[in-house]
Amino acid sequence: MNIVVCISNVPDTTTRIKFSEGNASIDTSGIQWVINPWDELSLARALELRDDPASGVKKVTVAHAGPASSEPTIRKALAIGADDAIRVNCNPSDAYYTAGQLAAAIGKEGFDVIICGIESSDFNGSAVGGMISEFIGIPSVSSVSGLNIDTGVPVITREIDGGRESVKVPVPFVAIVQKGIAKEPRIASMRGIMTARTKPIKVHEPVDYDSLTEISGFEKPAPRAACKFIDADDPAKLIELLQNEAKVI
Amino acid sequence: MSVLVYTENWDGKFKKLSWELVSYASSVARMMNMKVIAFTIGKAGEEDMKELGRYGADRILSLVNSNLEVMDNRAHAKAIADLAVKEGSKVIIFSNNMTGKALAPRVSVRLKAGIGSGVSKLPLSIEPFTVYKRAYSGNAFADVVIRSEIKILTLAQNSYEITERPTGAIPETTEAEVDPSLVATTVTETQKQTGKMLLNDAAIVVSGGRGMKSPDNWGPLVELASLLNGATACSRPVSDEGWRPHEEHTGQTGKIIAPDLYLAFGISGATQHLAGVSSSKYIVAINSDKDAPIFESAQYGIVGDAMKVLPKLVDAVKSIKK
Ligand SMILES: Cc1cc2nc3c(=O)[nH]c(=O)nc-3n(C[C@H](O)[C@H](O)[C@H](O)COP(=O)(O)OP(=O)(O)OC[C@H]3O[C@@H](n4cnc5c(N)ncnc54)[C@H](O)[C@@H]3O)c2cc1C
Repeated sequence: MNIVVCISNVPDTTTRIKFSEGNASIDTSGIQWVINPWDELSLARALELRDDPASGVKKVTVAHAGPASSEPTIRKALAIGADDAIRVNCNPSDAYYTAGQLAAAIGKEGFDVIICGIESSDFNGSAVGGMISEFIGIPSVSSVSGLNIDTGVPVITREIDGGRESVKVPVPFVAIVQKGIAKEPRIASMRGIMTARTKPIKVHEPVDYDSLTEISGFEKPAPRAACKFIDADDPAKLIELLQNEAKVI
Repeated sequence: MSVLVYTENWDGKFKKLSWELVSYASSVARMMNMKVIAFTIGKAGEEDMKELGRYGADRILSLVNSNLEVMDNRAHAKAIADLAVKEGSKVIIFSNNMTGKALAPRVSVRLKAGIGSGVSKLPLSIEPFTVYKRAYSGNAFADVVIRSEIKILTLAQNSYEITERPTGAIPETTEAEVDPSLVATTVTETQKQTGKMLLNDAAIVVSGGRGMKSPDNWGPLVELASLLNGATACSRPVSDEGWRPHEEHTGQTGKIIAPDLYLAFGISGATQHLAGVSSSKYIVAINSDKDAPIFESAQYGIVGDAMKVLPKLVDAVKSIKK
């Protein structure tokens, strides 16, 4: 049984986002690129499963749609422990295009479990995982907070409003994962970093898909009014302001 | 031609989120000169169904089929896409909640319809169809042009004013066509808490961070939340430590919420935390460090010890509720 984890290459989550002139695109100078936080957790879980003989998982691949310049992020995933990688050589212009490319590349290789994070921290689209499943025509389970594999049979926990469910689904399927999937990201070991250099990255050329959306500009969030400070000895004043000025209680 | 809006029901009932969705759909439909069709999957209460008409639904449908009883993303998405085709829908609206995120992408591929996810305003223009959405986890907003003939929008929770536009529409029932072979999901166990205010639905959220020092200090925070009819939340380290349940973790890697009021006790205001709460209408911070970054995002603040301030706030709220 094989798992593929889709990884997105995003600015480090502490980056102060700046825009290029005219706000048409983001200013990428000085940005540290990282594996999208959700995908890092997905990878951690996939590796735990591979390392557990009872799961039946033999191999973990990472898949990424993006240009050669994102290879350092792929190498990082390999250093953390993925066995090999697929890169679709394209500019991921929107969720539909990205998912189409990933589905074409992944679909060809025959995976049992495809894991995607609930969202990427750049465009917050929450769409790629679900789209991949529909492109390939296989089931998907969303809001996955727990993924176990018992000798090849997935046992899934999914979150629902006010609770959770245990669900079963046949392979192949797409798991769209969120909080709970793994406790912490895995850190690359020195040995991992050494071996990552020689692990294979298979490059696929893109297939012919359209983008359906495009970003025409960015805006900074509206600045919030300056904070009004209330004396720590008089918290009742805060309640009064919330009631009469903000009118929220 | 129509605007289709999916109003999910919870055990046959709708909630504030449903009225928001229909109000939003009705405003989009007006911009485009179209009718609004609101639908739910399975049966909801007759009165609840009628209520959708109050917020502007011109038609109200229950989509039924025994193969839709289990939440299976593939089967549900197929039924929704079929309905959209049958009704000539040009815009399909979902909530940007768990269900919307599960279904909208699949419907998108079925109909080759571009998605604007997490929109928080009406479209900025219809030609070209441009929507405004959150990007970089709240550090920016993006104008997204959707070029496909059919457009899908997922609406951020608590971002649109509920507006009444009664139509008097009579609920109808439509049989969906769903082949049983599409249903792949089997639910073997369900654990559900009922009656608890859900974090995503709460208008007021009271949240605690590492500055609360110990799980034993949460009593007055929980009391304050319940007095305000709100929900409780926490920062990531607090849930990682097991001080509070995981469902309460807000932020980039937890829940993204947008209440009217977010009260943060002993939370420093890391970007990853703010990513989950920055759409709150008001943020109030109580922190002992006057330079804590959370104050940059707050409209009201108290520099002080959360453990000392909390009981006084509880008393103050009790006295206004009298
Ligand atoms: C990839 C990634 C994702 C992350 N995702 C999230 C996320 O989703 N959510 C999240 O919350 N964090 C997230 N984090 C962690 C985040 O960076 C911060 O570490 C975290 O938010 C800090 O939590 P805190 O504010 O409770 O604790 P701290 O940063 O330790 O702050 C405690 C605050 O309490 C104040 N304080 C101390 N004593 C008192 C007192 N007696 N009274 C009042 N105030 C007091 C202090 O002045 C301080 O400001 C993420 C980090 C990474 C790298």
